[in-house]
Amino acid sequence: MAQRRDAAIVGIHEYPLRVDGSVSALQIKAECAARSLEDAGLSWQDVDAVYDTGGDQGISGLAIAEYFGLKPRLIDTTYVGGSSFEFHANHALSMIAAGKCNVALLTYGATAHSDRRAIGTAGATSAGPATFVNNMEDPWGLTLIGNYAMVKNRHMHQYGTTNEQFAHISVATRRHAMRNPEAVKAMTDLQFVGVREITVSDVLESRLIAYPLHLLECCMVSDGGGAVVIASPEVARNARKKPVWIIGTGEATKYRENGGDITVSAGARAAKPAFGEAGVTPAEIDVLMAYDSFSITVMCLIEDLGFCAKGEGGAYVSEGHLGFDDPRKPALNTDGGGLSSNHPGQRGIFLLIEAARQLRGESTSQVNDAKLAVAVGNGGQLGSRHATAVTILAAD
Amino acid sequence: MAAARPQPRFPELDTQPFWDATKRRELMYQTCDGCHAVIFYPRRHCPECGGRDTAWHVSRGEGTVYTFSVIMQSRHPAFADLGAYAVAYVDLDEGFRLMSNIVGVADPVQDVKCGMRVRLRWEDQGADAVALPMFEPA
Ligand SMILES: [Zn+2]
Repeated sequence: MAQRRDAAIVGIHEYPLRVDGSVSALQIKAECAARSLEDAGLSWQDVDAVYDTGGDQGISGLAIAEYFGLKPRLIDTTYVGGSSFEFHANHALSMIAAGKCNVALLTYGATAHSDRRAIGTAGATSAGPATFVNNMEDPWGLTLIGNYAMVKNRHMHQYGTTNEQFAHISVATRRHAMRNPEAVKAMTDLQFVGVREITVSDVLESRLIAYPLHLLECCMVSDGGGAVVIASPEVARNARKKPVWIIGTGEATKYRENGGDITVSAGARAAKPAFGEAGVTPAEIDVLMAYDSFSITVMCLIEDLGFCAKGEGGAYVSEGHLGFDDPRKPALNTDGGGLSSNHPGQRGIFLLIEAARQLRGESTSQVNDAKLAVAVGNGGQLGSRHATAVTILAAD
Repeated sequence: MAAARPQPRFPELDTQPFWDATKRRELMYQTCDGCHAVIFYPRRHCPECGGRDTAWHVSRGEGTVYTFSVIMQSRHPAFADLGAYAVAYVDLDEGFRLMSNIVGVADPVQDVKCGMRVRLRWEDQGADAVALPMFEPA
């Protein structure tokens, strides 16, 4: 079966700054849109489909096309947290293949750092109407970081995974970040203690934010944004850069369940259709862009996508698999990830952007002869309700 | 004095019977008359089969810690000055999983374990208020 060549990423742009008090989230989106279209060699009015979370700076998906000044014939406002952008890319593939649009624009912008949003430690807010979920969860003082920490704790209990093993995820991605000038500037501007490569001991000696998660296992809170342009084969053939083809997609959700296994993410169900459609196996993947809100998110996604067996992620990540220059594939989060490069709240778009850079040969931690990449987004909160989408990408 | 904890808010028709029962110090859960599934969080319909006929039961309040985290840093005004506290999923013996706090321990990092047995301890919030079901080592 031939791999599908129905839609490709043709334009990308990542907003270079992670601390910038001079622009709004919408301005970041519009600037990234323009730069990604420039990257593709397309013009503003070529866009005929708008994909948006419908929440940046509180603007609706309806109003974002007005703000941009576009008259799309397709709009999709799927919002499932940080993985929204993988859902958007997957949906764009389907709609382009169905002939419903030719040039899809995905954008993201946020000023979480400048707004001083305490995303991970704020706890429950009483905004919006009461629901069965917030009535059962708000009284206990669980923070977002605590939610993920509960998954890590169960993983350690169930499989014997150690803190040392988890720390390797932070160590490997920091090494990649130190090779990425924008990530170095991000860590400098955000006043990280020690903008340098880190060791397993550094991670374990950083303070516990929510036991058993340490500070250096948690993503940053930055400003930032980005844009991705996805287009039909006809448009892609005339684009400025080599197209990066979307060859397989899958999505799933997962909830707190009576008697359920909290260590298994929705990635377990999202992966199978994606790899099946692409006709490739995890062993063939060169680059894994896995949503690293926290170390435990990466651990679950590595296992659930089948890069190793369930429960064996601890051994897998500590065997040195993760580096861009390691002969064992795939390399992990070669831009530095949310842990060390960019996380304004919803990181999914950066997974697509760095995967595309790798398959074009443009990464600052370029994997030799990279042909296949996986972007796997995980949004919501891992320990209660989340959505995972897998996007498999191939070089031209 | 610390701010009040976030409270369940009403009207919210799915969980109202659960919270009303806490005023009688009863921890309640539902089962489905049609497919016999244990239903939790509370809902009017059965999430397994969509059925509308459910029965309420009082739990014995005994269970096992499925997993937990000890929160070291919370910026929420009700919790910011509490010191480290444990939030857990507790698997009740009747087959439902509840989020709650583990209390009655000196050091939650050392004294709470996944798999440990716990029992219900009501956190009273006043005469007319809902009570919060918390758990302590059994
Ligand atoms: Zn039923």
